[in-house]
Amino acid sequence: MSSLLIVAEHRNGKLKKSSFEAISKGASVAKDLGLTAHVLLVGGNEVAGLTAEAANYGVSSILTVTDPKLSAYANRAFATAVSEVAKAKSATVILLSATALGRELGAFVSVKLDASLASDCTELHSAGGNLKVIRPVYTGKALSTVELKQPVKVITLRPNAFPAVSSPSSPSVEAVSVTFSDKDFACKVVDTITASGKLDVAEAEIVVSGGRSLGSAENFKILEDLAAVLGGAVGASRAAVDSGYRSHEDQVGQTGKVISPKLYIACGISGAIQHLAGMSSSKVIVAINKDKEAPIFQIADYGIVADLFEIVPALTEELKKRSH
Amino acid sequence: MNIFVCVSQVPDTATRIKPAADGKTIDKTDVNFILNPYDEIAVEQALRVKEAHGGEVTVISVGDDTVLNTIRKAIAMGADKAVHIKTQEEVDGISAARAVAEILKTANPDLVFTGKESVDSNSGQFATFLAALLDINVINVAVKFDLTGSHIRAEREIEGGKEVVETSLPAVVSCQKGLNEPRLPTLKGIMASKTKKPEEVAFSGGASWTAITELVKPPAKPAGKIVGADVSAVTALVDLLHNEAKVI
Ligand SMILES: Cc1cc2nc3c(=O)[nH]c(=O)nc-3n(C[C@H](O)[C@H](O)[C@H](O)COP(=O)(O)OP(=O)(O)OC[C@H]3O[C@@H](n4cnc5c(N)ncnc54)[C@H](O)[C@@H]3O)c2cc1C
Repeated sequence: MSSLLIVAEHRNGKLKKSSFEAISKGASVAKDLGLTAHVLLVGGNEVAGLTAEAANYGVSSILTVTDPKLSAYANRAFATAVSEVAKAKSATVILLSATALGRELGAFVSVKLDASLASDCTELHSAGGNLKVIRPVYTGKALSTVELKQPVKVITLRPNAFPAVSSPSSPSVEAVSVTFSDKDFACKVVDTITASGKLDVAEAEIVVSGGRSLGSAENFKILEDLAAVLGGAVGASRAAVDSGYRSHEDQVGQTGKVISPKLYIACGISGAIQHLAGMSSSKVIVAINKDKEAPIFQIADYGIVADLFEIVPALTEELKKRSH
Repeated sequence: MNIFVCVSQVPDTATRIKPAADGKTIDKTDVNFILNPYDEIAVEQALRVKEAHGGEVTVISVGDDTVLNTIRKAIAMGADKAVHIKTQEEVDGISAARAVAEILKTANPDLVFTGKESVDSNSGQFATFLAALLDINVINVAVKFDLTGSHIRAEREIEGGKEVVETSLPAVVSCQKGLNEPRLPTLKGIMASKTKKPEEVAFSGGASWTAITELVKPPAKPAGKIVGADVSAVTALVDLLHNEAKVI
């Protein structure tokens, strides 16, 4: 029986939100295509504690590959694990999140299984049993429909582009044993540096971004405060990054991150084409800019033409007031 | 040190993309093609490794003759030589990777640098394809790279942080902004780029496994609302986000 395999990703003993999105989507695609859906968890001993959570989004068959050596990410070993499980379960569709890990594994697995790969997809349709895959190209300036010609298809899904629909079930858990070679561990993660508890702009549901006009790294504090009341992350234009106000991982745009949050608030950002490329697929866009001619207003759903240094703190206060 | 850099050409980032009449590709009229910005970082890193450890930097690119411009830019930055894998057809990532891997199998590189993605296809898969085809190590989205003997210690960007990765040569490394600041071409380099002819190789990448069947512009957004022009607009904005957009 052919199957659909969803590779779930976890960090610090928790599954990622983007994995819940992938599992939800995988469950419905599997149903349309008449495939059995499995969620695969790869890692060390921490995996045992994740199976219940993994079964909360519509797929109850959980497969695990565990080995103490897999508690740190080793790309070749993880790729071997996914490929071997995919073969054992005759997987014809393999879904991952388009994260740093998912994009890397997706490409490995595609070579190992002679499978077509479509990465960072924002739409996946399966009604009527036919798979239709849509992904942005030219950094969001165009959308392409991609035909995946090989019998096995690997697809990575952009975080935040698909809803996570909770549908709890009691999981069946099967441990799959995979044999690794020394080569599989020739490249490994020895340490992870996280800005403590920092939410990544690519994963946040709400992003508050600032541009050159913030004028200094310290001034970003007002955006941090707004992001904090909204539970969002802070992003930046390239001009702000190049001026040293923010680090590059916060940059949104053609040479930064391409994101699709639920709400994007652009503060003092002109809306250059390279910036728009990174955020125009946000569901709702708010622009705060004192120049009414700024191109950002052309794609904003809501605009305030005024000084951000007045508006942003007032917005934060208003939101605080209402949360009480 | 035998170092390779894979480069591709992409539309200038200021380009407004228009689908062509075939509905599958872009209209290339008036489009200015440039060296992919991330590949520029890859060329720079290759040159730095060569400067520190000795060796030779070879640029490699797949495509028709229009890629020669891109190759010349890399040579002008300081690359020693180039290989042009020639094809008139649009090939997908895996098929281009097979063609490059074919060359690398006999060239036996110590290091292969690529950009973290090209800003046209945005796939971010090429480095991993190469590594998987060659069965060697790969580090993706590198923002820091240190080589000691044959040992690599690098940092790569992940969501909300960085991973410190250790591995050894030979390896493929995909380069992210922040890794270095690419140099400008020198006059000597520009002269060299005019005389150094790339070695031309026939394409042997085999079949593409994907095809674009349709390319469209993203749906245009309906015109937005200007909520106001001073602080009094804040309450209205919060109401709209709450009741109309329902995002907070
Ligand atoms: C190869 C290449 C790649 C690029 N990649 C990216 C990318 O990934 N991301 C990106 O963002 N850019 C990118 N750019 C740069 C892009 O072209 C713009 O230069 C950049 O986005 C501008 O940033 P900005 O909007 O912060 O600054 P500006 O364009 O200077 O705009 C500042 C805006 O702030 C407004 N303003 C000033 N003061 C206030 C105030 N007090 N209150 C309210 N509004 C105020 C002004 O009206 C203006 O609209 C790239 C460029 C190139 C050539």
